[in-house]
Amino acid sequence: MFLKRIALAGAVSLMGSAAFAACSYENEVPLKSLSAGFEAWKAVTDAMGECGNFQAELDQEFRTKQPAAFEANPSLYQIGGVSNGTITPLLNAGTIRPLDDLVAKYGQNLSPNQLIRINGEIMAVAMMVNTQHLMYRSDILADLGIETPTTWDEVFAAADKIQEAGVVDYPLGATMKSGWNLAQEFVNMYPGHGGKFFNDDNTTAVNSDAGLAALATMKKAMAYTDPEVLVSDSTYVQQQFQQGKIAMANLWASRAGAMNDEAESQVVGKVAMSAAPRAVADGAPATTLWWDGIVIAKNITDEEADAAFRLAMEGLDKEMVESANDAAIWLVNGYSPTDIAKGAIETATANPAPPAYPSTTQMGLLHTALGNVLPSFLTGEQDAAATLAAIEEAYTTSAKEAGVLK
Amino acid sequence: MKFKTFAAFVGPSVFMMILFIAAPLISVFIQSFQVTQPILQQVEVETCTPGFLTQTCTTEIKTVPILGEDGKTMTQTSWVGLQSYKNVLQMDKVWAAIGNGSWNEIMQIDFWKALRFTLSFTLLTLPLVVGVGLAIALAVNNAARAIRGPIIFISLLPFIITPVIGSLSIYWLFVGDGILTAMMERWTGTNISMFAQAWTIELLMYFYRVWHVAPFAFVIFYAGLQTVNMDTLESAVIDGASRWERLRHVIVPHLMPLIIFIALIHLMDCYRVFEEIVGFRSQAHVISLQWLTYDFMTPDDAGNRAISRASASAMLTMIGIVFLLILPLRRTWRDHKGSAH
Repeated sequence: MFLKRIALAGAVSLMGSAAFAACSYENEVPLKSLSAGFEAWKAVTDAMGECGNFQAELDQEFRTKQPAAFEANPSLYQIGGVSNGTITPLLNAGTIRPLDDLVAKYGQNLSPNQLIRINGEIMAVAMMVNTQHLMYRSDILADLGIETPTTWDEVFAAADKIQEAGVVDYPLGATMKSGWNLAQEFVNMYPGHGGKFFNDDNTTAVNSDAGLAALATMKKAMAYTDPEVLVSDSTYVQQQFQQGKIAMANLWASRAGAMNDEAESQVVGKVAMSAAPRAVADGAPATTLWWDGIVIAKNITDEEADAAFRLAMEGLDKEMVESANDAAIWLVNGYSPTDIAKGAIETATANPAPPAYPSTTQMGLLHTALGNVLPSFLTGEQDAAATLAAIEEAYTTSAKEAGVLK
Repeated sequence: MKFKTFAAFVGPSVFMMILFIAAPLISVFIQSFQVTQPILQQVEVETCTPGFLTQTCTTEIKTVPILGEDGKTMTQTSWVGLQSYKNVLQMDKVWAAIGNGSWNEIMQIDFWKALRFTLSFTLLTLPLVVGVGLAIALAVNNAARAIRGPIIFISLLPFIITPVIGSLSIYWLFVGDGILTAMMERWTGTNISMFAQAWTIELLMYFYRVWHVAPFAFVIFYAGLQTVNMDTLESAVIDGASRWERLRHVIVPHLMPLIIFIALIHLMDCYRVFEEIVGFRSQAHVISLQWLTYDFMTPDDAGNRAISRASASAMLTMIGIVFLLILPLRRTWRDHKGSAH
């Protein structure tokens, strides 16, 4: 993955010199952006590159670079790609600027839904929503006469049947790579079981019945997955799907388009999407809602900010969406949802709806604690109760060090 | 040599060493006793985020840092004594686990888990590297002159590969249905998952490290073999010493200073094992001390980094290396003093 990313970043950074193909104006100010590296960002930065004088850096590790790069003066990048999880350090450090005047000047095509307001000020412009939802091999489920699962119990029942039929290597795939990905699985499952993450005094509330239930569901899933699931991240699960090794997974909507990529996938047209399974029958889908969007750095001149925002709007226009319609669940005008978007839309509009990822300083600390402690439960070294106690303790230690807890 | 000349020669390197080794070390040492925290406040924040069709706005109390007049986060630094070391070592839990006689409980504490692996990794690969290195050197030394060049070139290749790339290659060869796993599955007829349990991962790590470092030992030993006293060897042959006896009583004693040298370098390098952990994605099963420090340093999504614990963990790693090096260093020092007279 590493090499691929580097190659991708290199390829895209060359685009500054590409012909000014379909841009409505010529950009005179040299601009740079730092964002994640998945398909949607590639489409957006490609469209921005058409205006010239623009370098895009696409890096899945952007989250660790962005806070420091934006804190520099002048900022190392004018445009940042963020998600609701990674905007927090930028907001906290005050390194991104309010966009109200720029939206008034260039944002005629934006819909009000796209404007991320913090205390009334527009701090970011969202371009897409993302969520983890159920992706499944519709042909296999149809062959075996299985209804589309809507709860995790039904997923396990379906997995039993698929395992018995032996049509794929593993019935389930999961993004359980230890660290961030594994923690995210818990963050999906735990609210699904009705848990809340924090008490009012900033201590964590995961050591609870909902916590035990979430852990039990995760452990149960492991019986149906690849034994190497603790090294599998989103790209790995995507490839397992593409190579026909798995039949179901709760995977990011931003990965759905890759299923029908004929250059990579052997299962074109066979993977369907539906809402994320519920953990309890009358609850919300066990997942979290995310958005991705752009921010503009504070530590740059007003002229640069003006040019950067204008360029970003060019990247987020109707033309771009029409040329990359299936790369994401776009919020941009001109998007027409196809079958691929069905699962994400069902998830987002479910009643009760799943929560947005609760991005806060505390959540960052808890996410790390979860990612470091959960593996010992899934490898069977610790039981569920001890694991939850260890998570609570790890969170408390780092929260005290970060000054969140006294 | 005049002191002035000596100083002129040594000065630049001393300066560089102070700048790049001593100064960072001192700053890490100081930081391990300090905690720097942002000054936080609780504020009510209204956040509006997009759903698919409409926005949802939520108002909640958030804990956020206060920004100073220069636009930077205001922080305060306080001395906390050994608190960060306590947080890393978690001695209270260790004693409780020893009280229960539970090895498994100790292995649930990150530092001790990492120390266990780091030590076994370092100490198990050491004899293997020395042994394999020596074996290659002897083989090359006995090979026909015509093919020596190509053999040396090929045996050096693993050493040239960048460690991260090397470990990633091994990972890709074995993960899932990688080429080599698929081959082993065909031979044995069972489903093999090399990255599903700790011991297979560790085995691959040992294998990779020996494969990667043995050429270094080989080059050094090969150079050493060129200086073995031929007279002694010949008289050993006349005395009827077997190949093994010649190796044991003539060649190995001659190479001993080189073996110590390799051991020193290898101990220092291995104790900082890191690439294998990242390359093999083994964090769920196996972690090392250097990885632990890195993990403390890495900012999370909200930008928090545990600098104090990272500093403490780095200092502990250094103390560990010093302990490991005491034995071979004492021997070198004794040899050095012995040869001086």
